[in-house]
Parts: sequence; C-alpha cells; structure tokens
Amino acid sequence: MEITLTHYLVLSTILFVIGLIGIMRRKNLLLLFFATEILLNAVNIALAAISHYRGDYTGQMFAFFIIAIAASEVAVGLGLLIVWYKRTGRIDLDQMTSMRG
Amino acid sequence: MEIYLYIALFAPLVGSLFSALFGASPKTKVTGIVASGLLFVSFVSSSILLSYVLGGHTVHVEMMTWMATGDLYIPFGFVVDQVSVVMMMVVTIVSTVVHVYSIGYMDHDKGFNRFFSYLSAFVFSMMVLVMSDNFLGLFIGWEGVGLCSWLLIGFWYHKESATWAANEAFIMNRIADLAMLVGIFMLYWNLGSLQYDVVFANITTLPVVVITWIGIFLFIGAMGKSAQFPLHTWLADAMEGPTPVSALIHAATMVTAGVYLVVRANPIYSEIPNMGLFIASLGAFVALFAASMALVNRDMKRIIAYSTLSQLGYMFVAAGLGAYWVALFHLMAHAFFKALLFLGAGNVMHAMHDELDPFKMGGLRKVMKGTFIMMTLASVALAGIYPFAGFFSKDLILEVAFVDHHYIIYSVLLFTAMLTAFYSFRLVALIFHGEERYKLFGIHPHEAYKFMLIAMAPLLVLAIIAGAFKGSYYQLVTSLLPSGEYHVHSIATYWIMTIGTQLLVLAAIAFAYKKYSSWSSVPDGTSALEQSFGYKLLANQYYIPWFYEEVFSKTYRKLSHCLWKEIDLKIVDAMVDGIAGVVYKTGEKTHKIQNGNLSDMLRWMVIGLVILMLFAVGFSVLAMFAQAQVEFVRIYIGELVLGIGLVLVAVSVLLVTYHAASIRKTGKGR
Repeated sequence: MEITLTHYLVLSTILFVIGLIGIMRRKNLLLLFFATEILLNAVNIALAAISHYRGDYTGQMFAFFIIAIAASEVAVGLGLLIVWYKRTGRIDLDQMTSMRG
Repeated sequence: MEIYLYIALFAPLVGSLFSALFGASPKTKVTGIVASGLLFVSFVSSSILLSYVLGGHTVHVEMMTWMATGDLYIPFGFVVDQVSVVMMMVVTIVSTVVHVYSIGYMDHDKGFNRFFSYLSAFVFSMMVLVMSDNFLGLFIGWEGVGLCSWLLIGFWYHKESATWAANEAFIMNRIADLAMLVGIFMLYWNLGSLQYDVVFANITTLPVVVITWIGIFLFIGAMGKSAQFPLHTWLADAMEGPTPVSALIHAATMVTAGVYLVVRANPIYSEIPNMGLFIASLGAFVALFAASMALVNRDMKRIIAYSTLSQLGYMFVAAGLGAYWVALFHLMAHAFFKALLFLGAGNVMHAMHDELDPFKMGGLRKVMKGTFIMMTLASVALAGIYPFAGFFSKDLILEVAFVDHHYIIYSVLLFTAMLTAFYSFRLVALIFHGEERYKLFGIHPHEAYKFMLIAMAPLLVLAIIAGAFKGSYYQLVTSLLPSGEYHVHSIATYWIMTIGTQLLVLAAIAFAYKKYSSWSSVPDGTSALEQSFGYKLLANQYYIPWFYEEVFSKTYRKLSHCLWKEIDLKIVDAMVDGIAGVVYKTGEKTHKIQNGNLSDMLRWMVIGLVILMLFAVGFSVLAMFAQAQVEFVRIYIGELVLGIGLVLVAVSVLLVTYHAASIRKTGKGR
C-alpha cells in the first residue's frame, strides 16, 4: 500500500490528540513536557508531509524552526523544573497554584 | 483709524481679563479702577471714531478669517459706520459711568473683582454685537451679552431668587435665539452670505414670503433680547442682579440690542411693511401693557424695569413704522436717562439697606439731595417734558405714528405717555416726599459717596441736553438709515399736539404728586383699592408669570418626570445596568477557572482550541458550499474535516472522562 498524504495527516492527528490528552491528564511536570513535545512534533509531521506533497519547502523550514524553538523551550523549562524541584522536592502540577488569579 | 477701532473693541476685554486674574482674591480697588480706566479708553477711542465718521467716512476692518469652508466664508469683521458708532458711544458712555459708579456701589461686596470681570466682559460682548459686520458676529455678541447677563443677574448666586431669575432670563433668551439662528440660517441659505452689505444689497431679489419669514425669525430673536411680549417676564425678574447691572444691561444697552437688530436690518424690514406694522402694534401694546404693570408695583426696581419695557415698546413702534433713525434716537436718549434713574435707585437702595418698597421710604430728599435732584430730572426726561431728552425722542415717535395715520397706535402711545409720567412721579413722590416712613423700620439713610454722584453727572447732563443733538444726529445716521422727516403738516395741529401732550403729561405728574407726596402709611393690602380686581390683576402682572408656571413649567416638569421614570430608568438605565450585570455575573461565575492550577488552565486552553476548531469547521463547510469549485477547498477539505473531526471526538471523550475523574477526586475530599 502506498503511503499517501492522508496517512501522514492521520498520524499527525493521532499524535496531536495523544499530546492533548497528555497535557490534560498528566500531573507530572516532566511528563507534561513530553506531551508538549508530542504536540509539537505532530505538527512537524503534518508540516513536512504537506510540504513534500506541495513541493514547497516552506513547510519544512517551519518544521526546523519549531524543532529549534522546542529545544530551547525544553531547555528553559527543564531548568525551571530543576529549580522548582530543589525548592519543594516535588514536581506535581497540583502543587503549583501560587499564581491563583 | 483701525487702531482706534481695535482699542475701542478690546480695551473692555483687557479690563475683564485683568479683573478675572483677581477673581478669587479678596477685594482690590485696583481692578475697579483699571477696568473703569480701560472703559474710558474705549470711550475716547469711540469718540475719535465718532468724529471720523462725522467727517463722512466709515471704518471697515477684517481682523481675521473665522470660518472658511466650501462656499462659507465668515470673517471676524468689524465695521464702524453711522449706526454702530452711535451705539458704541451709548455703550461706552453708559458703561464707563456704571463702572465708576460700581466702585462705590460694590464697595462692601466680596465679589468686587469678579463683578468687574463680568461687567467688562459684558461691554466687550456688546461692542462685538454692535460693531460686527455680519450676522454671525452679531450673534456671537448677542450670545455673549446673554451669558454676561446671566452671570450678572445671578451674581449673588447664594440667593435662590437670583439664580432663578438668571436662569429664567437665560432660558427665555435661548428660546428667542433659536428663532434668530433660524433666521440667520435662512439668510445664508438664500443669499449665500451673512455680510451685512451683501445681504442688504441682495435682499430684494428674494420672494416676499422668504423675506417675511426671515423678518419674523429675526424679530423673534429681538423680542427675546428686548423682552417684548410674550417673552417679557424675565426683565422684571432680572432686577435681582446688582443695580449697576440693571442700569447698564437691563436698561441702557443689552435690552436695546433687539431694537438695534431691527434698525440694522432695516433693508429687510423695509421690504415687508406688514411685518413692520405688526412690530409697531406689538410695540404699542407692550408700551401700554408694561406701563400699566408699573402703575401699582411696590418694588422700586421693578417699576423702572417695566418703564424700560414700555420704552422699548416705543422704540419698536418707531422701528416698525420705518422711522429707524427715530428708534435709534430714542434708544440713545433712553439709555441716558434710564441708566441715571437706575443708578439713582441704587443710591436709594444703599441708603435704605436694600429696601425696595417705596412705601417704606418717604421724605428722603432731606438726606439725599443729590440723588433726589438726579432722579427727579431723570423722571422728567422720561416723562418727556421740554427741553429734556425724552421730549425730543418720545414725542417724535408720537409724531411718527400720527403722521403715518396710525391713530390707534398714536392714542395708545399718548395714553402710555401719561401713565409713564404718573408712575415715574409716583415713585419719586413716594421715595423723596411726604413723611419719613422709613423711621418706622429703624433705618438711617445716608447719601452715597460723592464720587458716585459725580460719576452719574455725565448721564444727567446728557439726559438734559441729548435732545439738542437731534439735528446733527439726524444728519449723521440718515446717510445710512432711510431718512424721513416726520413733520405734522399743519402748524396748528403740531402745536396743539405738542402742547396737548405736555399738558397731559404735566397733569399726570401733578396727579401723582397730589396722590402720593403726602402718603403717610405703609399699605398692608387691605384697602379697597388693593382688594379691587384691576389692582390685583396689575400687581400680579396679569397673571402671566403664574400662567407660564402653571402651563409651561409644570407641564414640562411632569413630562420630564415621566421621561425620567419611564424612559430613562426603565429603558436606558436598565439597558446599561443589564450589560454591566451580564459582564459582572459572567465574571462571578467564571472566576473559578483561574484557580492557579496549571493543569486546569491547560484543559481550558484545549477547550478554547476545540471551540476555535468548531468555528473553523463551520466556516470551511460554509466555504465549501459557497465556492465548491475552488481548488483549495476540493483538495484539503476532506483532510481538514477528517483531522478536526478526530480531534473533536477525542477531546469530547476526554472531557467526559476528566469530568468523571474530577468528581471522583472531589468525592474523595482532596
């Protein structure tokens, strides 16, 4: 069976949904980062696939940008996470309610 | 010459602004002196301009452009011609006198500086009014004097009655000014310009109907400012203001602005003689009507105010009958002796500690000799005895009516002349003659400051000799106004008329003296005369203020109350409050979302995303139906809908499970 654009898009969607479920259900900050990565990479897959399908490299360029930004975001995020862990000894999201409106 | 024009115009403004600087500080005599000095400067400039105009020239300047848009071009233009220079002289003479007088009169008043600021601002507005070369500039001055009049009537704003009177005057004038604006709009609409020269040169090209409407609307404006029936009630109430204000604004200058307007717009009114006849008839009616109210009034200032009203009626008779120069002449003469009369009344008021009822005075001539002489002479001038100013101007109006064969108007005016003499000398007799009834009230009257009497002297001189200028005045103004000698053809008739009038007036004076000069008691409203219907009718001003109160004010109040309760509260406010309530309640209900829990926030973010996607799907479907042929839609719509649909299904499932989970958690008492 030939793998068409549709397959890529379905994969992307499934990954995206998994990511969404992840950010909604996970209470562990580290796992939340994982879920975020899944979300971003789901989009990357869609971008790359559509880019290939259209013969337009703009989409792949976007994907690279996203990878770079995701990497830096995770770097910052993990840094914060470590500080938080040192202070409180936990990384449970339900504890992080000091920004209550 | 232009520099003198600017000096004459702006010196009062400078005086006003200078006094305004000290508006909030305690009394400093310097404001009064500077304001009076600048007024005198203005007077000197006006005199120089007068001598220039007497030489047959006029001055016309365009200071700056005011409005220029499309075809509309209105400059701040000023003209000094034969008519406006007469008005300028009247205004500057009377206002200089009144300013100097006020230094003494307002001596003990806390608002001394404020008073001079308003008074000079008034003079400036009045100068704008008379000097403008177009109708809109006149209107600005017109509104300016209205504003200053409001400020000055309500000068003692802590008095309820003063603020009420100020508002009444302002509102009445506003009603009239609306009509005047309509008239000005019609002029512009039909002629495309508001410059006097353009308007008057082209007015004859308009159909008579249009001219008539313009004349009517402009005259309604004049009626408001000059307090003609039925807009007359404000003038008597305006006497709540300080007396110099009554002398300057409500006797000599502002109230004559209506007459000035009709005189100035004479090319318009010459085209519509029927309107002129109406003006004359109304004037005659007001003359009699106001004089009758003055007969029984027990308020010194109101008597003089009604007298002013009556004399304004005379002026409108002359203006309506086409004798514009006569109207202007009476305006001038009247300004002098009426201002004098008011200032004299001010002296009496001061002496009597603001007592206004002449029945509580009496015998004041012994203590107030100067004031007594001045007020008597002013009354003589007002009554029109030869050779005082009133004789030349007022009898001239009678002659005009007679020569034009308006015998009804003539007889009304003749009768009014008798009434005028009677009420004037009733006042003089009650104040200055007879027993000293004021002793009953424990008042110790004293004469006013000497400089106040000296300040009044120029007015006295002018009230006596103004008639002598009649010849040169006629020469001057008839180069601009329609000339017309009003001579009774038969010499015998002329002498009979003149002497007859004089005799009638003298008889009225004698009667007034006989009746009131030995008055001994203060009437308390129980005598047969005071109980009679006629007396009550007159004393209550024909019940017109009562009628206005009942019919207009109360109806309006009811209407306002109804609108407030029904429309404002139930519709407008309810709408605003409703919107606010919705926002407030939404906030109340949803503020729990912001509980600071990152996980919850992410969930809400996802819900937002879902909602946005729902929109996207909705719009895509719509777009698909709308332009099914477009390639983009054909290629991607399937994938788009599929993807989004998947997401939606997943999220919905998720939400349900999440909800169940959170309930479980809460159940656990977390």
